[in-house]
Amino acid sequence: MTFSALRILKEGLTGNKGWRPHWRDPDPKGEYDIVIIGGGGHGLSTAYYLAKEHGLKNIAVLEKGYIGGGNVGRNTTIVRANYMMPGNSEFYSHSLKLWEGLEQDLNYNAMLSQRGQLALFNSDAARDAGVRRANAVINQGDDAEILTVDQLRREVPYLDYDQTRFPIYGGIMYRRAGTARHDAVAWGYARGADRRGVEIIQNCEVTGIDIIDGVVQGVQTTRGAISAKKVAIVVAGRSSQVAAMAGMRLPIESHVLQAFVTEGLKPVINHVVSYGMLGHFYISQSDKGGLVFGGNLDMYSSYAARGNLPMAEHVAEAAMTLMPIIGKARLLRSWGGIMDMTSDGSPIIDKTHVDGLYLNAGWCYGGFKAVPASGNCFAHLIAQDRPHPAATKFRLDRFRTGTGLMDEEGTGSHHNLH
Amino acid sequence: MRMNCPICGTRDAREFSYLGHANLRNRPDPDAGDVVWDEYLHNRDNIAGVVEDLWSHDYGCSAWLVVTRNTQNHGIISTRLAKEDAS
Repeated sequence: MTFSALRILKEGLTGNKGWRPHWRDPDPKGEYDIVIIGGGGHGLSTAYYLAKEHGLKNIAVLEKGYIGGGNVGRNTTIVRANYMMPGNSEFYSHSLKLWEGLEQDLNYNAMLSQRGQLALFNSDAARDAGVRRANAVINQGDDAEILTVDQLRREVPYLDYDQTRFPIYGGIMYRRAGTARHDAVAWGYARGADRRGVEIIQNCEVTGIDIIDGVVQGVQTTRGAISAKKVAIVVAGRSSQVAAMAGMRLPIESHVLQAFVTEGLKPVINHVVSYGMLGHFYISQSDKGGLVFGGNLDMYSSYAARGNLPMAEHVAEAAMTLMPIIGKARLLRSWGGIMDMTSDGSPIIDKTHVDGLYLNAGWCYGGFKAVPASGNCFAHLIAQDRPHPAATKFRLDRFRTGTGLMDEEGTGSHHNLH
Repeated sequence: MRMNCPICGTRDAREFSYLGHANLRNRPDPDAGDVVWDEYLHNRDNIAGVVEDLWSHDYGCSAWLVVTRNTQNHGIISTRLAKEDAS
């Protein structure tokens, strides 16, 4: 079933009775060439690109819950490519280009909205760091503009420019950044993978990884044993637990990141706006009208999938400092996501010490924007046993050797600092 | 989240800051090699369940605490002074 304007018109005139489920719901077979553990955004895009770009068909994606039920269905949906460390820079640039062709590629409306991201600065030092970052982004081939306060006042009139606490000195505008419909990204990749023969198996939790003499044999699941020539771990949020099944300890601590959504409002915030005062705040408006915003991690290890009040208060205070207009908006819901925090704040896409076992993990609080390139590059690694050119530096051994760490904030490779 | 500081009593979590897992106190020998140091500095068991963490009572008595808590529900099970372990 291919989506088109003609099809929508036809279905609309005939009672919408012709729509079918977007992917099958098969029982697991006993054997696949490749088993992907984790049916989140990254696992689904990995399966999609394995089938599309490497011609592989005998693939299963094992998801312990349901498609779209994890972090891919609960995030703040921001797409951007403003990283500057070698390794991150080329990877996120690659991801943004994939985003721009995604809907045509998948024949699925992911509602990508390149509304622009505005990163504000509020001190001379932050402006210097911002100009440096903007130049790095331009040098990687993407776009960035420095906007003065006068320019900002014209384009973003609702900010509080007269405050003295964290005064706005200017900002960087990334015009090609924006948001996408997170559920649709998961559904689109699931449908695309399914149409190319991948079997998506939901309610199937992996409980063990079978390894003999250093070679992966398959997995144990709640729906029986499945043998496989290659097994890929793509379970950010639970990476440490699944990697432990293969005897690995990862450089990851799980932390909670909160986010908040207001009731639906008329259009008021046109861009993604981020505000790096003494802490952090960012906001955008969803297509349904809700203001979607958040801040920093709670800064203690957690799997509770909910946060505590101090960070909620900090985020609300930052919001009121930057844009007092939102003070009367009522909060509809908040949640806490489980983040795979690596010690340098950057991800891992690599082989492991086990033959045929591959690892994709450590996306910290930035996994959503990476969904297309993460799957694209991980599929390349699995299919060809060598890294994709855009993801050569996401090595697992960088923590041990100290070579090639990607520490965007310059705080060092240390847990609890990113 | 509230924690019981053995010196100051039960206080709001705002007064405390988290450092990491309590085995950070078991610093390896300087010449132990990169594998041992990698395990100490970077790799974590990262348990979903009961853990022992190091917290500092920053906005109180500045003592270092070992906090036993559950990462799945933020429940604080017990707290003790880190220096008690050292003696």
